[in-house]
Amino acid sequence: MNSIRYLLGGKSRQLGMIVALIVLIIFFQVATEGLTLTPDNVINLFNGNSYILILAIGMVLVIIAGHIDLSVGSVAAFVGIVVATAMQDFNLPAWAGVLLGLVVGALAGLWQGFWVAYANIPAFIVTLAGMLVFRGANQAVGHSNTISVPADFQTLGSGYLPEIGPDTGYNNLTLLIGFAAVAAIIVSELRTRKRLIQLGAEHPSVSVTMVRIVVIGAIILYVTSLFATGRPGTSFPISGLILGALVLMYGFISSRTVQGRHIYAVGGNLNAAKLSGVQSKRINLLVMTNMGVLSALAGMIFVARAHASGPFDGVGWELDAIAAVFIGGAAVSGGVGTVIGAVVGGLVMAVLNNGLQLLGIGADLTQIIKGLVLLAAVAFDVYNKSQGKTSIVGMLIAGFQRSTRSPSEAAPPSAAAPAEKEPAAPAASEASVHDPDTDRTFEYTNRK
Amino acid sequence: MRSIRKEFGKVTALSDVSINVHAGEIHAICGENGAGKSTLMKVLSGVYPHGTYGGEIFLDGNLCEFRDIRASEAEGIVIIHQELALIPELSIAENLFLGNEPQRFGVINRDEVARKCQELFARVGLEEDPETLIKDIGVGKQQLVEIAKALNKSVRLLILDEPTAALNEDDSQHLLDLIVGLKGKGVASIIISHKLNEIEQVADSITILRDGRSIETLDVIADGVDENRIIRGMVGRSLESRFPARNHNIGEPFFEVKDWTIRHPAVPGRLVCKSSNFFVRRGEIVGMAGLMGAGRTELARSIFGRSYGTYLSGTLIKNGSSLELKTVKQAVNAGIAYVPEDRKVHGLNLLDDIKATTVSAALNRISRAQVINSDTEHKVAEEYKTRFHTKAASVDTGVSTLSGGNQQKVVLAKWLFTNPELLILDEPTRGIDVGAKYEIYGIIQELAAEGLGVIVISSELPELLGLSDRIYTIFEGEITGELPADEADQESLMRMMTASGTPRTQRITEEHTS
Repeated sequence: MNSIRYLLGGKSRQLGMIVALIVLIIFFQVATEGLTLTPDNVINLFNGNSYILILAIGMVLVIIAGHIDLSVGSVAAFVGIVVATAMQDFNLPAWAGVLLGLVVGALAGLWQGFWVAYANIPAFIVTLAGMLVFRGANQAVGHSNTISVPADFQTLGSGYLPEIGPDTGYNNLTLLIGFAAVAAIIVSELRTRKRLIQLGAEHPSVSVTMVRIVVIGAIILYVTSLFATGRPGTSFPISGLILGALVLMYGFISSRTVQGRHIYAVGGNLNAAKLSGVQSKRINLLVMTNMGVLSALAGMIFVARAHASGPFDGVGWELDAIAAVFIGGAAVSGGVGTVIGAVVGGLVMAVLNNGLQLLGIGADLTQIIKGLVLLAAVAFDVYNKSQGKTSIVGMLIAGFQRSTRSPSEAAPPSAAAPAEKEPAAPAASEASVHDPDTDRTFEYTNRK
Repeated sequence: MRSIRKEFGKVTALSDVSINVHAGEIHAICGENGAGKSTLMKVLSGVYPHGTYGGEIFLDGNLCEFRDIRASEAEGIVIIHQELALIPELSIAENLFLGNEPQRFGVINRDEVARKCQELFARVGLEEDPETLIKDIGVGKQQLVEIAKALNKSVRLLILDEPTAALNEDDSQHLLDLIVGLKGKGVASIIISHKLNEIEQVADSITILRDGRSIETLDVIADGVDENRIIRGMVGRSLESRFPARNHNIGEPFFEVKDWTIRHPAVPGRLVCKSSNFFVRRGEIVGMAGLMGAGRTELARSIFGRSYGTYLSGTLIKNGSSLELKTVKQAVNAGIAYVPEDRKVHGLNLLDDIKATTVSAALNRISRAQVINSDTEHKVAEEYKTRFHTKAASVDTGVSTLSGGNQQKVVLAKWLFTNPELLILDEPTRGIDVGAKYEIYGIIQELAAEGLGVIVISSELPELLGLSDRIYTIFEGEITGELPADEADQESLMRMMTASGTPRTQRITEEHTS
C-alpha cells in the first residue's frame, strides 16, 4: 500500500525536501550541541530570512511560468529607498509608506512584465536590465546615502506579537496561533480523507491519518513553544506572520485557482495553453507584476529590520531566491514547482547558513558549501528524472507501492514510440517530467 | 538501390524497395504520405548510415556503404530537403560555401569565392549580389542557392524532396527548367513531389511506393503515363471494414465559412487560405482532404480564434448570425473546439495528469469565483475516462505515461468538456495503433450522432472515405472540390487534391442554403 507515502506527505519531491530539512536541522542540533533549536536562534533565523523566503514565493511563480527575475534585489532596494525618503521628507505615516512601497513595486513589475509579455523579450534580458536600472535608481534617489526609517515602520521587520492576557509564562498570541494551526491541520486532514473516500479515489487508512496528525501537530507545538519562550520582548516575529500568510495565500492561488492553473499551463506547454484559450500574455504580465509587489514587500521588511535603507541593500538576493526555488524542485524549463517547495528550499539554505555560522565556519567555506548543495540537489533531480524516478525518497518507497498499472495497458507501441521505457509509477508522477515517448528529460537549462 | 529495408523500432517504414536510376535521367518517386519516400532518400544520402538499414546501394556498379552525408556527397549524391538547410542570417556566398570554404591556412580566399559565385550563379540563372542575406531573398531564389550549392559539390545525382512545394508557378517553372537543363549536362535527378502535373512534365521514369514497398516503375514515354495512371498506382488498395457501424442523424447546416482568406504570418503576400467557402451540418462528419502543406491545419487554426496567420477577409456564420472570433477564448466560448494535429506539441501539457488535462480548456465550468472545485474536476475526469475507456490506473495518472491512443482520448475529453457545437479534429489518429483507431472512430461517430458538427482533417484517404459524410479537397490553400463520401473514391480525391482534375470550386457554393 501507499501508506508510507501518505504518512510522509504525498508528493515525493516535496517530501524529499522536508525530510532533508529535518535531517539537516537534527544534524546541526547535534553538531552545535543544542545551539540550533534555541528560541533565540529560531527567531533570529526567521527574522533574518523572511525576506528571501518572500522573494522565493514570487520567484517560484515566475519560474513555473518559464521565466526568471534577476532584478528582485534591485527592485527591493529601490522601493526601500523611495519609502524611506518619502517618510523622511514628507512625514508619511508608516502605513502610507508601506502602501506607497507596494504601489512602486507593482509599477516596477508592470514595467518589466510589459516587456516580457507584450514585447516578447526574454525575461532574463528584461530583468538583467532592470537589475541595473533599479540599482541605479536606488542610488540616484538616495544620493548613495543611507536613510533611516521611523520606529513604527521598523515594526514590520523587527516587531513581535505583543504580550496580552494573563501571564502564562508563554507569549499568549503565539500559543493561540500554534493551537489554531494544529486545529486547522486536524480539520483539513479529516476533510481530505472524507473527500477522497466520497470520490472513490485512493485514500489513506485511519491509522495513517492519525499518525500524520500527531506528528505534524507535535512539530507545530514544539516550534510554537520555541517562539513563545524567547527572551522577554520577543515572540513570533511580524515578518514571520506575513510570510505565513503569504505561503497560505499563494499556496492556495497556485494550486486551487484558475489563474494558478494557467501559470502552470503557460510554463508547461505554451502552445497547448494558447490553444486552450489561456491568455498567456496576461499571465506573464501578472507573474512579473506580482514579483514586483513581493520584491517591494521584501525590501521594506529588510529596511525595517536594518532600521535604514542603503545603496547596497538587496545585492545578491535574486540568487538566493532562485537557489531556493530550484532546491525546492522547480525546473528551469518551467511548468514544475510549488510554493511550499520553494519555501522549504529557502529554509534549507537558511538553516545551512545559520548552522555553519554557529559552528564558526567562515563565510568563504560557507559559500562553497551552499553552492555545492544547490548543485547536488538539482543534479540529483536531473539524474532521477532521467531514470524516470522522482527523488531519492520516491525511490526508497517505490518498493512499497503496489503496481497500479493494469497489465493490459502496457502502452501499445505507437508509431512514434519505439522501445518505450517503463514509465514512473503513475500515481507518483506529479513532479516527474520524464517523457517516455521521446525519452526526453526536461533539462535544467534555460530554453529561451 | 536494391531491396532496401528500414525499421524504426517495431514500425517498418520500408519493407522492400528497389529503384534504378539511369545516368542523366529525371526519376520521380510518387506515393501517399507515409509511403516511405523521404525515408528512402535519407537512406540513399547517408542520413541513415550503412548498417541501420537492410539491402544494398550500388553506384556505377560499385557497392556503396555511406557512413554519413559527407560520404555520399563525396560520391556526388546531394539531397535538398523540403525544409531548406540555409542559414537566414548569412549571405548567399557564405551559405554557398558553408563547410566547404575556399581557403588557405584557414583564411578564406575571397577572390576565389567571388569567382566561383559568378560561375555558379550563371549556371542556375540567379541574379543577386552574393553579399545579400538569405533571409532577404525569396523562397524561389533560396531554392536556386541550394542547387548552386549542390553544383559546387560536383553533383552527379541530385535528390529534390518536394522542391516546388513552397514556390509560386513562375519560380516552379524556372526550377523545373533548370533541372531539365542539368539533365542535359549529365546530372541525374530524383524528384519527390505531390504535384503530379509537374512530374508528368519533366520525369523520364516514375517509381511508385506504397506502404514501404516499390510497387512499379513506369517509363513515362513508353508506357504513356498520365496522372490517372500514377494515382491508380499510388492508392491501389481496397478499403477494409475498419469502421464501426454508424448511426446517421444529419440535420440542417449550422456553421458556414465564407470567402475565408488568410495570409502567412511571416511572409507578406503569401496566402495560405484563398477565399475558402464551406459549411457543416449538425450531426455531419465533414472530411478535409489535402496533402501535407496544402493549408488544412492553417485553415482550421485560423477559424479557431485566429490562432494562425493574419486574417485578411471572410466571415464565419453560426446558426444564422455572423461571428467575430479574434481569440481562442472567444472561439471556445462560441462552441468551437479544435483538437490539434500534434498532441505533444499543441495538445497536451505532458507535466499534467489526466484530470488536470481534462478540465484545462474549460476551467470556468468547474470553478466559482476563480476557485477550482477539485471534487468536480475529479468527477468530470472520471466520467470521460469511463465513457472513452481510457486505459490508466486513475485520473491522477500523468498523461506522459499514456500511449498515443489514450492520450488522444484525454485530449478529446478536454475539448468535449468545453461543450462544443463544432468539433475540428486535425489528424485524429496520427501515430495511433489500429485498435485505438477503431475506438476513436467510434467516439467521433457517436459525437456526430449526438448532433455535433465534426470536421476531420486527415492525410489518410481511406480514413476520410470511411468516416465522412462529405469531403472537401484542399490544394495550395484553395478548396478545390466537394464530394459526398459515397460518390468519392481515392482516385477522384487524389485528383482534386493535386489540382489536376476538374475545374476548381465549380461544385461548391451551389447546393446549400443556410
